[in-house]
Amino acid sequence: MNTLARNAAHAFGENRLTLVAVVILALLVLCAIFGPSLAPYDPLMTDGAARLVPPSAAHPFGTDALGRDILSRVIVAARLDLGMAVAAALLSFVGGLALGAIAGYFGGWPDRIISRVMDTIMAFPLFVLAMGIVAALGNSVLNVIVATVIINLPFYCRFARSEVNVRREMGYVEAARMGGNTALPVLVTYIVPNILPPMMVQVSLNMGWAILNAAGLSFIGLGVRPPTPEWGIMVSEGASFIISGEWWTFVFPGAALVLAVFCFNLLGDGLRDLLDPKRRT
Amino acid sequence: MHFFWKRLLGTIPSLIGVVLVTFLLSHALPGDPAAYFAGPAANATSIAEVRAKLGLDRSLPVQFLHYADDLRQGNLGNSLTTGQPVLSDLIERLPASIELTFFALAFAVVAALPLGVWAATRPDSIVDHSCRALVSIGAAFPTFFIGLLFVYLFYFLFDIAPQPLGRLNEILYTAPPRITGAYTIDSILAGEWGVLRASLAQLILPSVSLGMFALAPIARITRAAMLQALGSDFIRTARASGLPTRKILINYAFRNALLPVTNVLGMVFSFLLGGSVLIEQVYGWQGVGAYAVTAVISSDYAAVQGFVLTMAFLYVMLNLVIDLLATAIDPRVRFES
Amino acid sequence: MSALLAIEELSLVFRTRHGTVRALEDVSLTVDRGEIVGVVGESGSGKSVMAYAALGLQDAAAQVLGGRILFGGLDMLNAAPDVLAATRGREVAMIFQSPRTALNPIRKVGQQIADVLLEHTTFRGAALRAQVIEALSRVRIPDPERRAEAYPFELSGGMCQRVMIAMALACSPALLIADEPTTGLDVTTQAVIMDLVREMSRTSRMSTLLITHDLGLAGEYCDRIAVMHAGHIVEIAPTVELLARPAHPYTRQLLASTPTPRTTIADLVSIPGQLPDLRQELPACRFSARCERHIPLCDERPLPWTVVAPGHAVRCRVPL
Ligand SMILES: Nc1ncnc2c1ncn2[C@@H]1O[C@H](COP(=O)(O)OP(=O)(O)O)[C@@H](O)[C@H]1O
Ligand SMILES: [Mg+2]
Repeated sequence: MNTLARNAAHAFGENRLTLVAVVILALLVLCAIFGPSLAPYDPLMTDGAARLVPPSAAHPFGTDALGRDILSRVIVAARLDLGMAVAAALLSFVGGLALGAIAGYFGGWPDRIISRVMDTIMAFPLFVLAMGIVAALGNSVLNVIVATVIINLPFYCRFARSEVNVRREMGYVEAARMGGNTALPVLVTYIVPNILPPMMVQVSLNMGWAILNAAGLSFIGLGVRPPTPEWGIMVSEGASFIISGEWWTFVFPGAALVLAVFCFNLLGDGLRDLLDPKRRT
Repeated sequence: MHFFWKRLLGTIPSLIGVVLVTFLLSHALPGDPAAYFAGPAANATSIAEVRAKLGLDRSLPVQFLHYADDLRQGNLGNSLTTGQPVLSDLIERLPASIELTFFALAFAVVAALPLGVWAATRPDSIVDHSCRALVSIGAAFPTFFIGLLFVYLFYFLFDIAPQPLGRLNEILYTAPPRITGAYTIDSILAGEWGVLRASLAQLILPSVSLGMFALAPIARITRAAMLQALGSDFIRTARASGLPTRKILINYAFRNALLPVTNVLGMVFSFLLGGSVLIEQVYGWQGVGAYAVTAVISSDYAAVQGFVLTMAFLYVMLNLVIDLLATAIDPRVRFES
Repeated sequence: MSALLAIEELSLVFRTRHGTVRALEDVSLTVDRGEIVGVVGESGSGKSVMAYAALGLQDAAAQVLGGRILFGGLDMLNAAPDVLAATRGREVAMIFQSPRTALNPIRKVGQQIADVLLEHTTFRGAALRAQVIEALSRVRIPDPERRAEAYPFELSGGMCQRVMIAMALACSPALLIADEPTTGLDVTTQAVIMDLVREMSRTSRMSTLLITHDLGLAGEYCDRIAVMHAGHIVEIAPTVELLARPAHPYTRQLLASTPTPRTTIADLVSIPGQLPDLRQELPACRFSARCERHIPLCDERPLPWTVVAPGHAVRCRVPL
């Protein structure tokens, strides 16, 4: 515990950036929760008189082609973007943990089958596989999440598998097994709690990637439909106005994406430093 | 050379897995595949027709055998949007995508390797910190956003890049006679230097924006691997033997650092092949990615399936190349296999 | 005649994040031509730091506070980098502990020897290759033509150390620095390697600085031995003299903890206490905290050298 405290002091003290990331993420989470009441305008309200207005006091991020306030849309979109990413990351975390634990604990044919399936997923360029999954399952937000879960699954599964594999041979686990415990209680009470912290690092490192994936899918028109505010689709809608120089239409939602991903990456790095200072690069 | 065949054989399980997954995606999902294949405009009779034609009324294993047999004959079905066989559609567009991906990779490698090496030789210096900052920032930018930012900056604001309207400004130039399908190569083969210049000009922004995302992992791993190599015992030996710094850096440290770098290349190609879909969309690039996006949006399922299959096949082959590269770099890998 | 290698009153510290490590203080040592000098001390006493400094290879964090190192008249701590590089490998060579990792894992061992020869000699082409084979056969590697084509991972630890020696001796240096050359090798290989080192220095009048934590090993192969403790050289004497009449309490404890053919494990005693933390303020005698003969006078600076016999000096107020 003492070393943990020291590492925390290091991660937050010497690395101020982690702290900044935590603060910004907290703000984004606030936007995600209270978005609609924080937004100055209705994100769906069009205004024919105020189309493509550059950033101003009334519209700090300007307005889009239909006269909707971009700031409001960016704020409200946080819920959907973070929601998709968090849901995907958590589901693949749980699924990957379960599959990896089974593979690592039992070995033998469950291990071979699970590992083979994960290898097969990894044989695809992952974004391409996600496109294929959404196309097959149908174009909806739910299916974008499902696709993101599937392409994230191998990372968690392999990680959990190797951690469980190492731990199943350890003294206290052996003892628990000798004591007549069956597989499930041993896994749940003795092994899983110990691999949760490193898995959490994996979650926060993967979170940014999950956001990028979901946003990429909506950028090409999968999942989210207009007029729903979502960062990826807003960037895509704003793209048509680059040639005429209305930069604010795509820069602000894009910047929101960058900020979110950047902070999750920083947080992941910080957490890793905290739990495992040796692996720092 | 017998390990070459071993590695080649090693790709077979991956390829079988890939075919199985694409089959499952199209045939075994909830919903009616026949309706997908028939397209959005289909009615009940045309769906039934499609069902019979595709053999979807038979058992799954039988369907799979048919599917595999079609693949063997190069039959990926017909595209609903272009009306052409999917295979010929893909073959027509693939060179454009490969050209783009190749240039992106080249940019990423050429920029990231020296950056990582430079940062590693001066730990904690300004170079090192800028490298790390660039790596974290680069990893946070969505590919499509970088692409759009570049268009805005270099085309609209500074006006130094051509309009992002695909592979060639077709008003001023005509595409070179098709030999490989890659405009840069074909224009060289045809000796059309103006076309070469024009197609390179169109290539720069998309490949740099696509390469940016790959730059981060390569630079990061190069830096880490170089730091590790430079701190290892054999570097100390080399210095104690009076070898010149340049030789130590290149022949000793860098060549050892290359192995971890080749190991991330698999991930990098996954990024690049996925990212190329987005970049093609941004720059109006007429490659397989743009084709697939149109297909996905219009539920042109045979086309999407063909695209996924092609990209996966390409990826498996790239991983094979990476594997072979690793064995060429490190004798220990050859020994283990 | 002046010594080949002269370390004169060298003081060296490492500036680290966690404080200043006083690794070497007022260290003096000479190695004459053809002589084998041993440096003995527990792990962490500064032997390697001294060896690297002698090659001018000290870490970036190292700072020399005083003293100098002369090798054949060349000031190793202040010489230009290219002069140093031309000296290393040709005039003075070094071999290390754990030979497997000390060789480049992805380069053929013959090539690694050739790299050194390319740098320091004019041999090229077939003559270079012949020279590589010659270097390998000099250290009695069987079938040198084939071994030259091997990668380090294909060779045993002992074979790798022979390759290291072949590489070090390829240019017939005047001085060989061997830093724990046999640690980690099995006993038989240990003897083979050490016999080889001794034979090489005898036949080519090469000087050797043998660094080891094993006083028994040093006693067997060295002409003179310097005992090092926590960055100080505490005693220096001809081998026979040192083994027969150790004057420093630390040397005596080292001796008592060293197995000989006549002792059994039960006779061995371990040295009480541990090395002081070199980041803290240290007393004049860095052994005082572990010493049962400690008296108030011991804490007075400077700690003088006492000559107890010709060539036998000890740095202790109350020598045995
Ligand atoms: N680069 C360095 N930075 C900080 N301290 C160092 C460095 N190298 C060696 N030291 C310290 O110097 C002391 C002597 O180390 P060393 O010479 O390696 O001992 P040994 O006698 O076992 O060879 C040790 O306390 C070690 O921690
Ligand atoms: Mg040492």
